[in-house]
Amino acid sequence: MRPSSEAELAESVAGAQGPLEIIGGGSRKGFGNVVEGEALHVSGLSGISLYDPGALTMIAAAGTPVAEVEAALANEGQMLPFEPMNHAGLLGNAGKATVGGMVAVNASGPRRIKAGACRDSLIGVRYVDGMGQVVKNGGRVMKNVTGYDLVKLMAGAHGTLGVITEVAFKLLPLPEVATTLRFELGLEDGLAKLREVMASPYDVSGTAYRDGVAMVRLEGFEDSVAYRSAQLGGEIDKSGDPWCDIRDAKGLPDAGSIWRLSVKPSDAFAVATALNEQGFETPLFDWTGGLIWATGGNTDAPRQVVSRFGGHAVCIKGSATAFHPEPAPLAAISAGLRAKFDPRGILNPGRMG
Amino acid sequence: MEMPLPSADILARKSDILARLAVVLPADGLITDPVETRAYECDGLSAYRCPPLAAVLPGSTEEVAAVLKICAEEGVPVVPRGAGTSLAGGAMPTADSIIMGVARLNAVLETDYENRSITVQSGRTNLSVTGAVETNGFFYAPDPSSQLACAIAGNIAMNSGGAHCLKYGVTTNNLLGVTMVTMEGEVLEIGGAHLDAAGYDLLGLICGSEGQLGVVTEATLRILHKPEGARPVLVGFDSNEVAGACVSDIIRAGVLPVAIEFMDRPVIRAAENFTHAGYPDVEALLIIEVEGSETEIASQLARIVEIAKRHNPVELRESQSAAESANIWKGRKAAFGAMGQINDYMCLDGTIPVSQLPLVLRRITEMSGEYGLDVGNVFHAGDGNMHPLILYDANKPGDLEKCEAFGADILKLCVEVGGCLTGEHGVGIEKRELMDSQFNKVDLEAQMNVKDVFDPAWLLNPAKVFPLAASEERRA
Repeated sequence: MRPSSEAELAESVAGAQGPLEIIGGGSRKGFGNVVEGEALHVSGLSGISLYDPGALTMIAAAGTPVAEVEAALANEGQMLPFEPMNHAGLLGNAGKATVGGMVAVNASGPRRIKAGACRDSLIGVRYVDGMGQVVKNGGRVMKNVTGYDLVKLMAGAHGTLGVITEVAFKLLPLPEVATTLRFELGLEDGLAKLREVMASPYDVSGTAYRDGVAMVRLEGFEDSVAYRSAQLGGEIDKSGDPWCDIRDAKGLPDAGSIWRLSVKPSDAFAVATALNEQGFETPLFDWTGGLIWATGGNTDAPRQVVSRFGGHAVCIKGSATAFHPEPAPLAAISAGLRAKFDPRGILNPGRMG
Repeated sequence: MEMPLPSADILARKSDILARLAVVLPADGLITDPVETRAYECDGLSAYRCPPLAAVLPGSTEEVAAVLKICAEEGVPVVPRGAGTSLAGGAMPTADSIIMGVARLNAVLETDYENRSITVQSGRTNLSVTGAVETNGFFYAPDPSSQLACAIAGNIAMNSGGAHCLKYGVTTNNLLGVTMVTMEGEVLEIGGAHLDAAGYDLLGLICGSEGQLGVVTEATLRILHKPEGARPVLVGFDSNEVAGACVSDIIRAGVLPVAIEFMDRPVIRAAENFTHAGYPDVEALLIIEVEGSETEIASQLARIVEIAKRHNPVELRESQSAAESANIWKGRKAAFGAMGQINDYMCLDGTIPVSQLPLVLRRITEMSGEYGLDVGNVFHAGDGNMHPLILYDANKPGDLEKCEAFGADILKLCVEVGGCLTGEHGVGIEKRELMDSQFNKVDLEAQMNVKDVFDPAWLLNPAKVFPLAASEERRA
């Protein structure tokens, strides 16, 4: 199915006889559990329908390529605040990321520690539910508590509660300059350094650790970045911008499984140590250590480790189920929501487990 | 304001129900004396009042769970209440309902500077969250103007904002986790100090759900290190349009002030008469505040001043000292009280796209003439969250009704230009019947389906948020 409008998409869903696999640009194929179903392509719904730079807001159809949105924003000196991760390289896909897919997986990058996740910038959605009804929620304004916030519910639901057709975002100005500070430290001290800079008043917008170096990003007006760099110390990185690779988890070792762990930043060193004991490598830390990329054998050891500390582990590549099981009471609510939004169970069934 | 008739059956079983509650609560945690329950008959929307069946003040999550379990079994509606500062009637009871106040749950459970989080019981006031961490240089960012009194529980229920959310976001962007008790008495732990939770974003769903999905008893909140300093600039214009254009230009120039506050002439005059802050007598006033070190502040203010000057301001006053900063803010912070000195007022809360500001202000002025009621505007211009204050005389028959009709017209206008009915106060009972102007039947049904999942019997704060006719079958 390749609808070219929201109305056609709604008809396709209403008339569907069995499960549907929702596909945007195909760049995130393989993220989440495998879905057996007829392909429902959303890429026909494309284009920016409203961009109001003076109000820091934009609205785009779900199939609009992320690159198209980012180019339009850059043209006006603005950006998506959450620096969305592109999964294509990591998952070995050729497709172009779309804004609908970006929202469906709540894709967020290094700036998440300052500007929030995709869900924090998402201010409105339109979607088609499992009965083929068009639903709108939120809007195009930054402050809105009119009714329940289904906008956040759609972010990260992997299409299992509705097929997203349109998304609205709040934006931020592009920083005038960005500087990366390097601190050559062992893992434990490096992670502690990152926590320390996050507890400072210096508005840090990136905190990662890789290859023996703790990296700290400062963004803003030139004089302000210079001032804050001086306050934090460290060596100024001259090698170019490392944050794109960090965002996309580029350069992870080839291994049987790749995991993305979300933990409390102060637990990161202990979690990494436990993972290393299980034979897993931990080549990259982002979000002050709150996001750990782990690679290793095809087992679900990372899930066992994270369960001891609190947090969760997503299997990006490997044979384990993709998502961390929810505690029973929350799983019951999730199942209840699915039954309401998609009573026939046809939208990406099983993708989230 | 129409409310559903109380259930005669519940009223008849009152003593049995209260006897069961008395078993699970300490003696002073159950308030049944009609003199004392009067304290719970309304919230900040004080034009509407109704004493509840009883009020309970649990001292722990376990007591909350025990009370809810009994109420679920007895089929008694429960109205959660933070500090009772809601301006939308979110905490107004019905005669057959139990008010569940969280005021006794006010402890700090954990401060964790390394992970920049604090866990508090939900009855703690907004300002005292900052109070618990400020000696270490930290603060909790959302700052609703009622922050001295309002509780975190209510902040979560209404997804409260404040003057500084242009930079820091609203409650939902600063909430990391909750302990919540469902109507059936089940205790849920959602989220935590780690950044992402597994599964659906239930935390995002709960925030702003007006106490209809569960009773939040504990919350883990993001705390941030305070900036080194902050300083405002005051700019006066001879037209609302020009002031609005100036706001847009500042935002487009890549400067992101921590706050941009807007006041129009009626509010400027009232605030000046009340506080003698030294405000100029102009059509529109902007207070723009930036943060950072001294040099960062100076350089940001220089950029803002340069942009403002292009719009030929009639007054431009850059604060040179802490005393001057306080003075600039003094009038703004007292604006509501100052308007209250003139007459009774109703405070609205619609949000609009910033670009529609001139049009909306012009229409409000026209409508003010048509209704014969004065109106003042004071609001957060950076994010488009308007707070028109309509003046009326509560002692004059028909004035309140006229004021409500005027308010409804303004909110419908907000929706027409692409905005929404409420930016930070919530729907409550006040805007319940206007929901149809923003949402169609399918949109509302999707939201009510969510309540079905969390509270199938519709006992938690049931007659709120949704038009009564839309929710009638579910409440039956």
